[in-house]
Amino acid sequence: MQPAAPESLVLDRFGLTGSALERVLGTALERRADWADCYFELGSVQTASLEDGIVKKATRNVRQGVGVRVMAGARSGYAYSDEVSLERLELAARTARCIADHGTDSTALTARSLAVEVGHDLYPLAGSLLDTPLAAQVALLERLDKIARAEDPAITHVLVGLGLEHNVILVAGPDGLLVGDVRPLLRIGISCIAERNGVRTQGTSGGGGRYEFAELLDGRAERFARTAARQAIVNLDAAPAPAGTMTVVLGPGWPGILLHEAIGHGLEGDFNRKRTSAFTDRIGTLVASEHCTVIDDGTLPGRRGSLNVDDEGTPTSRTVLIENGILRGYLQDRQNAALMGMSLTGNGRRESFSHLPMPRMTNTFMLAGEETPEDIIRSVDRGLYAVSFGGGQVDITSGKFVFSASEAYLIEGGRVGRPVRDATLIGNGPDVLTRISRVGADLALDEGIGTCGKDGQSVPVGVGLPTVRIDGLTVGGTGT
Amino acid sequence: MRARSDLRDVAERLVRDALAAGARAADAVAGESDGLSVGVRLGEVEKLKRARERRAGLRVFVGDSTAIVSTADLSAHGLADLARDACALAQATAPDPYAGLPDAGDLATEQPDLGLYDPASETLEADAGLALARAAEAAALTAAPEIDNSDGADFGGGGGQVAYASSLGFAGTYSGSSFSLSVTPVARRNGSMQRDSWYTFNRHLAALDDPASVGHEAARRTLRRLGARRVPTTECPIVFDPDTAASLLRHLASAISGTTLYRRASFLLDRLGERIAAPVVTVIDDPLRVGGAASRPFDGEGVASRRRTVVRAGVLESYLLDSYSARRLGLRPTGHASRYAGDAPVVAPTNFFMEAGPHAPEAIVKSVSSGLFVTELIGFGVNLVTGDYSRGAAGLWIEHGELTHAVEEVTIAGNLRDMLTGIEMVGSDLVFRGAVSAPTVKIGRMTVAGT
Repeated sequence: MQPAAPESLVLDRFGLTGSALERVLGTALERRADWADCYFELGSVQTASLEDGIVKKATRNVRQGVGVRVMAGARSGYAYSDEVSLERLELAARTARCIADHGTDSTALTARSLAVEVGHDLYPLAGSLLDTPLAAQVALLERLDKIARAEDPAITHVLVGLGLEHNVILVAGPDGLLVGDVRPLLRIGISCIAERNGVRTQGTSGGGGRYEFAELLDGRAERFARTAARQAIVNLDAAPAPAGTMTVVLGPGWPGILLHEAIGHGLEGDFNRKRTSAFTDRIGTLVASEHCTVIDDGTLPGRRGSLNVDDEGTPTSRTVLIENGILRGYLQDRQNAALMGMSLTGNGRRESFSHLPMPRMTNTFMLAGEETPEDIIRSVDRGLYAVSFGGGQVDITSGKFVFSASEAYLIEGGRVGRPVRDATLIGNGPDVLTRISRVGADLALDEGIGTCGKDGQSVPVGVGLPTVRIDGLTVGGTGT
Repeated sequence: MRARSDLRDVAERLVRDALAAGARAADAVAGESDGLSVGVRLGEVEKLKRARERRAGLRVFVGDSTAIVSTADLSAHGLADLARDACALAQATAPDPYAGLPDAGDLATEQPDLGLYDPASETLEADAGLALARAAEAAALTAAPEIDNSDGADFGGGGGQVAYASSLGFAGTYSGSSFSLSVTPVARRNGSMQRDSWYTFNRHLAALDDPASVGHEAARRTLRRLGARRVPTTECPIVFDPDTAASLLRHLASAISGTTLYRRASFLLDRLGERIAAPVVTVIDDPLRVGGAASRPFDGEGVASRRRTVVRAGVLESYLLDSYSARRLGLRPTGHASRYAGDAPVVAPTNFFMEAGPHAPEAIVKSVSSGLFVTELIGFGVNLVTGDYSRGAAGLWIEHGELTHAVEEVTIAGNLRDMLTGIEMVGSDLVFRGAVSAPTVKIGRMTVAGT
């Protein structure tokens, strides 16, 4: 059976037609507006949580709603409602179009696009993830609990959470723009507490993406469980992290959060149009060492940060941000691309129908170099080797960013030594990549756990990194 | 406020439907809100947003199995479907002997009016909000020539109502409104840029701070960051301004949350009744504060709200508990169940603050011969299991009791256990601006990592 197209799924569910939508958009565009669109969402999220060895809680939330946006120059009007009807849409359109009355400038958002051709189907699932039998979900969580506990008798507490999401979106705009997307997303998160001799530590792991539940069962989920348990055990023996500026080697995969914080946010179109980013006017200049080529790619099949189309209906793409150290491009949504006279990149994203889109990252990673990770570590006499991180944050304007190591080791005499306790690493976005002196051949993308927050909106993202050596980054420990 | 008694009907109907569908016990929340937010940047309108949300959530206990569901479809037939879905979903979960509603004896018997609602939220016009935002931004932009850009000024306002009902026969409802105004100027000197921001928040529109004062404070905070540089790695006293001191209280609240405790994930495990902070520290949680940002007549399970001293002169006197974590720990719930439609209660503080101390903030700075005055913290480097603390910091360097130059790109690190007991001075400058509030606080010794 051919699944119904998202366009008809959404319109039928709310009893709307294409011509009704055209009338709504006509209302929205009646004043001196440059652009108007409607964003529909029809989604469900189901979660199951294991604690004390049993699945003791399940949740299921249905989300639906519509937002109408009108843009005129740099101005955006937006109205949304979780009640979807023609009457509500008309009201929202009249509310949103008031924005056109609040100024005279009009840049005619020329990045208008006719109904776009979506060239990829990055997550062709057989059905909704929410149809996964609950018994299979429970069985998986119980198995992961046992695997984590079997790693070491010091593991005393295990929490496992599974989230399954099925979201259908539809963007309707002028000139017949009508693009839908069916977006599956699954995520598993594991947290372990280890206790030994009065010391208690934590380990966390997880992953997911836009793929079938069955793909978790091929050893992937077991790996997450073992990683979380192992990290908790490693941290039992951790010494205080050093304090001060030193050579830092980042392991492959999730430490790519460095790129997300240090440069990714600073290259989002809105901050550069407003000239509030530390990267403003830096295109064409050297912002990284020649070893660094950094990409944002929303078109990787099955990835957590991937989308067929962004939340403005633009197909996602692969954008070169930095090429051999030279800053090449920004990430754009419709409004900022038009105002800056640049091309759409498919990075207009939003958390839900209750938010305006903004330029956001998808999957952000550095291309592989040629060195082996062993050689990179061997090149360091004294430094820090960080393989796993909690979150990070950046001050776009000053360029200062942090990311916090949750599993890290000292490097002494070219060898990985004893584990150290959690420490935040801090640096300056526009120059940290210029200190990358060695890049490994072992590029890995993260397992699919990243959530990016900006202006109160959370969206799923991915990162990736090969092993890299940074000659000088500040490590915020308490030791010497 | 407008009659919205139907929300209470929605919550009660959900509970009835759940019992009819086979639940042993159930509770439901229903909420509705309307809001306006507007933004200006460099004097021009940038954003105008109108929001309307309505949602209901249901928790059911089928035997001792739990499930939680929520929807925006509040039709009678939508609610009945929701109740049936919830009971079906509960079949998949394992019985948990601790699952259930609070004891009836812990429920609120009075629902005092806490002054949380301003009818001005019903008639908010975009132009009025835009005028406030414009005035605040203009005050910041004209404060000094170095301020040559802006990340804009935002005004937001709105109101709503929540209703809660449970199969214990409890039903309650209350209304609330909130208004805020914020400004983020950008300043430049010698090619380097800095931004900072300031805001005002209140339950009542007319009680917001004057827009010009918000703009001036935002400008002052931004300008003092210019010329920031790193400092050498050292151990020294740290003075936290009221906003950053409040973040320390948030970590304390998480560490004494019943959920964190029964999962053995807190560095304050088994410390009830013991000294966990310096004697100069007293921390209060007060859900009954009139007009408070986090005030409420009852919690997300109907449990009575009560002001309590959490830390008295350094001694931990109370955890923060919902009914589930209370049963796990063999204690009574403290009224700290926060509730969103789509999930089980989450333990969170209400109006949580450190009592003001005797010292003027200037005197605290004066007491430091060489140290860091912290005005911003970034990152997530707090491990509640071990207490390890390491965050990015920005602020001003103190030398011989005087604020000298701005500092950035450093971290401050220590262990929360030592930080709480190492609090040497508490300021007299406590101001309630959000849910968690603190005066200026000085910690005797932490590690600053820089060059």
